[in-house]
Amino acid sequence: MARKTSRSRMSNEVNAGSMADIAFLLLIFFLVTTTIDVDKGITVKLPPWSEDEPDITRLKKRNVFSILVNAQNQLLVRGEPMRVADLRENTKEFIANPRKMENLSEAPTKALISLKNDRGTKYSKYIEVYNEITAAYNELWDDLALKMYGVPYSDDLDVAKRKAIRDQIPKVLSEAEPTAFGEEN
Amino acid sequence: MSKFKKKRGAASPQVSTASLPDIIFMLLFFFMVVTVLRDSEQKVTVRTPEASELTKLQQKSLVNHILIGKPKEKFQDQYGTRPRIQLGDSFKNVADIPLFLEKHKVKVPEALRPRIKSSLKVDGDVTMGIVQDVKEMLRKSGQLAINYSARPTQRRR
Repeated sequence: MARKTSRSRMSNEVNAGSMADIAFLLLIFFLVTTTIDVDKGITVKLPPWSEDEPDITRLKKRNVFSILVNAQNQLLVRGEPMRVADLRENTKEFIANPRKMENLSEAPTKALISLKNDRGTKYSKYIEVYNEITAAYNELWDDLALKMYGVPYSDDLDVAKRKAIRDQIPKVLSEAEPTAFGEEN
Repeated sequence: MSKFKKKRGAASPQVSTASLPDIIFMLLFFFMVVTVLRDSEQKVTVRTPEASELTKLQQKSLVNHILIGKPKEKFQDQYGTRPRIQLGDSFKNVADIPLFLEKHKVKVPEALRPRIKSSLKVDGDVTMGIVQDVKEMLRKSGQLAINYSARPTQRRR
């Protein structure tokens, strides 16, 4: 009997059960309003601006991989039309030149990618092309990193190791002043 | 035997939910801290293109956003339908970029300033002309680290 009375007295406390409901309500509100949008994108380093005319450096034709994108979003790679889907493989082959072809780059260190577009080129096409070039380099770095260290190339790799890889295959991408033939929107 | 029976009868069969609010509050505070409330209204339509070779933008306080796209419908009678630049929460021109960058820069501690990045959020249908002008102005302002914002696609291997 004594025990029973003590139990009923304990139940006189404020009921904290609904506290959870209130907190849940707040929680759901914040869950709904939160936008954890992780910003992702292609990181690019622009060349510094200089007023003076750039030095004209003569490059061997075989070391330059020129990509032109016109206002109709068509590609002209080294004078030949090409689909974007083929760009990555061709870029990789040009840089690495595994079969030591006469018309492809002498060495990865000497390879240069030249990208030129029109002011009327669609931004999505430009990013597509840029993405393919970046992908080509990433894949080459991956292959080299696997060969040298047995792990794929990533930001987790040591700085020294990353530098060693990038020294062997430097990313040289030059963007020319765009032409202004096409119509802008 | 009778001892056991007695004990079982006395113990309340329910699990105590007294600590549940604490757990929920913990979650709540986590979300409150993590939430970054959008400080500016987006006035241009931006649907970024898809790409596979993406890097994450670290540290939101070191990033300034430049949006380029068509003005949203309610702004179209005032600003037209041609792509425009949005800096902060208003429509701006290419010439306003240096001041915008400077305003963002003074908020950042001096030691971290070299790591400031510009995130270009450009609609896929915009032509390169305006993007080129923005890029040129960024170069002139010495803001060389940029990030073309894009949505992830499947990495084709």
